[in-house]
Amino acid sequence: MEAEKIAWLEDKARQIRAHIIKMTAAAGSGHPGGSLSAADIVTALYFHLLRIDPQNPAWPDRDRFILSKGHAAPLLYAALAERGFFPVEELLTLRKLGSRLQGHPDMKSLPGVEVSTGSLGQGLSAGNGMALAAKLDGRDYRVFVLLGDGEIQEGMVWEAAMAAAHYRLDNVTAFLDYNGLQIDGPITEVMSPEPVADKWRAFGWDVQEIDGHDIGQIIKAVEVARQVKGKPQMIVAKTCKGKGVSFMENQVDWHGTAPKPEQAEKALAELRCER
Amino acid sequence: MQKIATREAYGDALVELGRENPDVVVLDADLSKSTKTINFRKHFPERFFNLGIAEQNMLGTAAGLAAAGKIPFCSTFAVFAPGRSFDQLRNSIAYPKLNVKIGASHAGITVGEDGATHQSVEDIALVRAVPNLTVFVPADAVETKKAVMAAAEIKGPVYIRLGRAAVPVLHGEDFVFEPGKAVVMREGGDAAIIATGVMVAEALAAAEELSREGISVRVLNIHTIKPLDTEAIISAAKETGAIVTAEEHSVIGGLGSAVAETVCEHCPVPVYRVGIPDVFGESGKPGELMEKYGLKARHLAAAVRKAIRR
Repeated sequence: MEAEKIAWLEDKARQIRAHIIKMTAAAGSGHPGGSLSAADIVTALYFHLLRIDPQNPAWPDRDRFILSKGHAAPLLYAALAERGFFPVEELLTLRKLGSRLQGHPDMKSLPGVEVSTGSLGQGLSAGNGMALAAKLDGRDYRVFVLLGDGEIQEGMVWEAAMAAAHYRLDNVTAFLDYNGLQIDGPITEVMSPEPVADKWRAFGWDVQEIDGHDIGQIIKAVEVARQVKGKPQMIVAKTCKGKGVSFMENQVDWHGTAPKPEQAEKALAELRCER
Repeated sequence: MQKIATREAYGDALVELGRENPDVVVLDADLSKSTKTINFRKHFPERFFNLGIAEQNMLGTAAGLAAAGKIPFCSTFAVFAPGRSFDQLRNSIAYPKLNVKIGASHAGITVGEDGATHQSVEDIALVRAVPNLTVFVPADAVETKKAVMAAAEIKGPVYIRLGRAAVPVLHGEDFVFEPGKAVVMREGGDAAIIATGVMVAEALAAAEELSREGISVRVLNIHTIKPLDTEAIISAAKETGAIVTAEEHSVIGGLGSAVAETVCEHCPVPVYRVGIPDVFGESGKPGELMEKYGLKARHLAAAVRKAIRR
């Protein structure tokens, strides 16, 4: 992968992060921390890896991306808007009455949203269903699922993990946004999911561990995952909650708090973005 | 009278549906021999998915299959769907209005010997409160088969409540199942028994018993709890002036509540709810349990006499 393309994607991720700050600030609520931590993964997917056509969101052969950690909706919306699924101006309607940009993603209201998520732990199961349908129909699309590290405390995730391996769903690639923090504190203090990579391996998945802020590593990991046969693939992506905004980084309180106007201004200055 | 369990009819109907529609897929959670989805598995193994003892994942997987254009029918016992997987039903299926059908078998106390842990007495209350869901409670084998066919035609989530025990076949094969439309099983002007599921047969027996006393009872079969045929219920209230509801379910939140809500708003008349009182069930033979919890024809007849006297 040439350095120029990576630099372009990094800049796109910066713009996406700025949208997240603007949107949550305008809404006065929302989840910036976990949106920022996964911004590089989602940018790499929507602007390089996914086979999608914003003009034809129902294209049967499109790749599917499922944001299982639905509270990172600002991130998904920013990526979809920047990719051309709907006007960028609409981003500022986030969480407002009558908006298509619901607090958590609603597949019925917004083009590009593949699954309605928000109640944690459910996205991988839906992804498995789509992957089974692809195999039944002989279609070669892939299903990408983004899980939170707190989210994998939900038992249903492991039901789905078992099923994906059982049905040999090699068309499922999952990312774990491994930022280490959840609402009540560090994941290892609240309810440790460790050892994370070993658990997925034990469930029959191909596992890679990467730096979730290194676009080159993200792309390479998906390229490797695509070659895996007979197994679903998990990419454990070490990330930093609040990444890109100094005062939000690794601060648990930014999980579900919107920046105030002056904080947003400071954040946008760091992201080299005009208000 | 011939007796067939509604779960048996469900299993047969799925096979017929599978032949007609290649998009139909069936999911089960290690209960295919009990829910009778095993019949589908025998005929269409490539379209059958056993998800193991993991009902939440089964419903979530069905949501994904539906989002990709399939028509999944998921089956387990009613205590597990909606019981164990309510949030998945609500958020993954009903909210996005996905085309998932849930065939929930072993509902009510006629599960029998397995006892309270396996006797779903509150599933109708749960599913009735969820927006976007259609809720069918078929009374016999014929109704079940037609309800399954109708469910496949509906674009959206459908819950079908099924029983374990064999129940009388009440309809001929020419019966027309219209979703959301109550069926007058017997005409009458002194009172109405509004019944659902396996209680329709008991209601007919009660009406027969009362006719010998000169009491003429209308029997209304509500095979669709949602959307509810409020027109038929209001007519029954207006034209008979006394209503008894009958369901193999808690008296809280099910058909009795739905009828009482409708009658209170539109045409207040006495309404007595016959169902399982606010208790869990227990082990026993289905017939013994129906007797103990007051769900036999004679209990319905007594309720009708009380309603008329008021």
